Amino acid sequence: MALLRYAVRRLLFMIATILALSIVCFGIIQLPPGDFLTAKMAEMAATGDAVNVDAVERLRAQYGLDRPFIVQYWLWVSGVVVGDFGFSFELTKTVREVIGDRLGISLAVEFLAIVVLWAIALPVGIYSAVRQYSIGDVAATIFGFIGLAIPNFLLALLLMYISFVAFGATITGLFSDEYMNARWSFGRLVDFFSHVWAPVLVIATAGSAQVIRILRANLLDELSRPYVDTARAKGMAEWRLIMRYPVRVAMNPLVSTIGWLLPTIISSSIVTGIVLNLPTLSPILLRSLLSQDMHLAGALILLMGVLTLLGTLLSDLLLAWIDPRIRMA
Amino acid sequence: MTPRETAIALEPADQSAAVPAPEVADEILAIVDLETHFTMRRGNLKAVDKVSLSLRAGDTLCVVGESGSGKSVTARSILNIVKPGRIVGGRISFKPGDDAPIHLSDLDPYGPAIRAVRGGHISMIFQEPMSSLSPVHTIGSQIIEAIRLHQPIEKKEAREQAISLLKQVQIPDPEIAVDRYAFQYSGGMRQRAMIAMALANKPKVLIADEPTTALDVTTQAEILKLIKSLQRDYGMAVLFITHDMGVVAEMADHVAVMRDGKVLEYGDVDQIFSRPQHPHTQDLIGAARLMESGPAAKVAGTLSEEPILQVRNLNLAFGTTHGMLRRHRAVVHALRDVSFDLRAGEALGVVGESGSGKTTLARCLVGLYKVDSGSAMFTRGDGSTTDLCGRGGFGDRSLYTEIRMIFQDPFASLNPRMTVEQIVAEPMIVNRACPKSELRSRVADLLESVELPADVMDRYPHAFSGGQRQRIGIARAIALNPRLVLADEATSALDGSLRAQVLDLLLKLRSRLGLSFIFISHDIGVIRYFCERMAVMRRGEIVEIGPSQSICDNPQHAYTQELLAAVPRADPKQSRLRG
Repeated sequence: MALLRYAVRRLLFMIATILALSIVCFGIIQLPPGDFLTAKMAEMAATGDAVNVDAVERLRAQYGLDRPFIVQYWLWVSGVVVGDFGFSFELTKTVREVIGDRLGISLAVEFLAIVVLWAIALPVGIYSAVRQYSIGDVAATIFGFIGLAIPNFLLALLLMYISFVAFGATITGLFSDEYMNARWSFGRLVDFFSHVWAPVLVIATAGSAQVIRILRANLLDELSRPYVDTARAKGMAEWRLIMRYPVRVAMNPLVSTIGWLLPTIISSSIVTGIVLNLPTLSPILLRSLLSQDMHLAGALILLMGVLTLLGTLLSDLLLAWIDPRIRMA
Repeated sequence: MTPRETAIALEPADQSAAVPAPEVADEILAIVDLETHFTMRRGNLKAVDKVSLSLRAGDTLCVVGESGSGKSVTARSILNIVKPGRIVGGRISFKPGDDAPIHLSDLDPYGPAIRAVRGGHISMIFQEPMSSLSPVHTIGSQIIEAIRLHQPIEKKEAREQAISLLKQVQIPDPEIAVDRYAFQYSGGMRQRAMIAMALANKPKVLIADEPTTALDVTTQAEILKLIKSLQRDYGMAVLFITHDMGVVAEMADHVAVMRDGKVLEYGDVDQIFSRPQHPHTQDLIGAARLMESGPAAKVAGTLSEEPILQVRNLNLAFGTTHGMLRRHRAVVHALRDVSFDLRAGEALGVVGESGSGKTTLARCLVGLYKVDSGSAMFTRGDGSTTDLCGRGGFGDRSLYTEIRMIFQDPFASLNPRMTVEQIVAEPMIVNRACPKSELRSRVADLLESVELPADVMDRYPHAFSGGQRQRIGIARAIALNPRLVLADEATSALDGSLRAQVLDLLLKLRSRLGLSFIFISHDIGVIRYFCERMAVMRRGEIVEIGPSQSICDNPQHAYTQELLAAVPRADPKQSRLRG
């Protein structure tokens, strides 16, 4: 009950924070001189296309791009509140459509990556700590540092190269051409999984390397605590007691980082997404920022902010739920 | 020939030096020539070196020694939880009555055979009850687990047993307490819960590894009494590890004195205390009895009547909130109308149990906490007075040259990355108290005055023992020729004979430098030894203040009487626990 009251209070604070956040993101996307139309004109002039200045001015007036900052912000944010995120000039679709198209795929890729990440990191991290300085630990440490050191895009390029040379398969994108715009079906699902493993592997490798290191360090601290000896003196079997006591405690700091994963749905795989040509949100965030497609960029940045706040709240609640010391001490 | 046999063949003299274990009737645990080694980066540490001990059913054997004597490792070897050490020789046999003896040291330390003994036939309790209990599981779930590891019963039944165990160890409201966490228990209750867990399967032997060292003296007395009465009820043998001769006198039937991994002396408790054979045993008893009286004259010369510090009506309350959800609010009165005078050259002891406000008092006097009201007028060297608790009292940094502190933990209070010279010189550099060219010789002088050789200057703190580190801390404290020293539990981390040595050093420095002391300790014996006067604190109040000797001989306040009665005396004839 107290936990619920706490969550409600936090949610109220979040609304205020989101409002402040929206001003900041709108300010940031307005910072570079010019707007989408001047960027578009410059591009057209550079490629030698004729520039219809009148038409551009008409567009500018239509979208309020010639109005003062505060008016533009108001037009934008009052739309956002009712779910109208504006219009993507570059993709000539509403922002809602753009995000809607890609959000599901982004979520799926990121979710799979997190599952794979933990499936690798948990057993390896625990083993690494319990058998400190064993050959397995050294191997995990080497893997960990390599995973941390290799940039994601390089790993993606490597995977592309290997799969092309060895299997003659291209692994860019998430769907083959015939399924690209098809409706979901069993065939499309199979096709999806035959593509998705590559980006999932790339994203999970770096992440799991990090989690292995953190888990190992946390667990090493806990393994020498007296309560572990207490459990031993009770007559518990070694692995069972390790899982029940020190691992349980060592997980707490990691649980508090789970919330940070939410915003990575948009931001984590920017470079991977571009290299592997994924239809996720990450690449269009970069593109919209480069082309000053302000409504799309604003919506994505705002979404990241909201996800960060939600993630932090989620982490805090999770931590309070699993750790009685946070809840009551 | 195995390596062990070679070792014996090469060291025949060692055999005669070790005290042979007497063959005894109704022996329940026999340790013969136990060797437990730790492989260190530099060579092998023989933590336990051919130890032989014998424990009789229903008997209490106290293993006593200073830190590093190997007493704890001996105890842990019995259940073979000595990681990263290893039992390399000898035999530990558990003899449960009619059944065949179990040779514990021959069993696989991870195997089911020894796990059936651990917590089933032989249980263990540890020094730090807080960290020895899981922080994220309820007390009940940990006891229930201990029960169900050895008895094939349902969770519900185990829970009933857990509640009745908590009742036996006198935990109030056991039905509620069973679902609480360790951090919601007080220190004494945590140790009771540990004992309840250890008794879960009615063990034949209880190993207690310094179970009361981390507790207040009155709590210690309660826990010792509880262990004694449960020992009688359960007919258990108890192996009790301690460094405190007072506790030995209270508890033991037999005593083994250890040093450097060897048993120096073994015998009946009365014999050990009345006719100690080994000089080290005599030292241990002597150091313990020293604290029961006091040195003839504490410092040379007479005390001046001039007060150096006048503390008047200090009050400080802390508001506390608990947890992320801020559910409980409470106000703790850390200091309530604390008033006293300290005369120049005098040592005032402040004694009290944890939470009594004694450390808060010290922190207020050095400006770390702001008091709610009250004053502490300090007479400066130039005759002016400053209110230490007033606004900006310590804004004048030169005050720190006149008031210095000595801290409790000799390990945590020295920066491990600074050399001894840098540590001792730092206050002089910060306060520009000594020209750079003379710094090194001044540090050498200071080290000499704390009886450390000058050539330790270039070494780092990790190279020193606890007692030596505390000397370095003392050298740092007197570097600026202070007039008032606040010592917060300055000797609490040190064992008996070391404690007496450091106290004697401080007495010498007092005479030589004319220092005034506020000496904070939970140990009334230390204060009687070192201080002319003492103030007894409880819950933020001074309940009694006066000359140390008369307070100890004739305590007026009920709490002081309770405190004094709880201190175990190093004399088995005065034990109240023995029948």
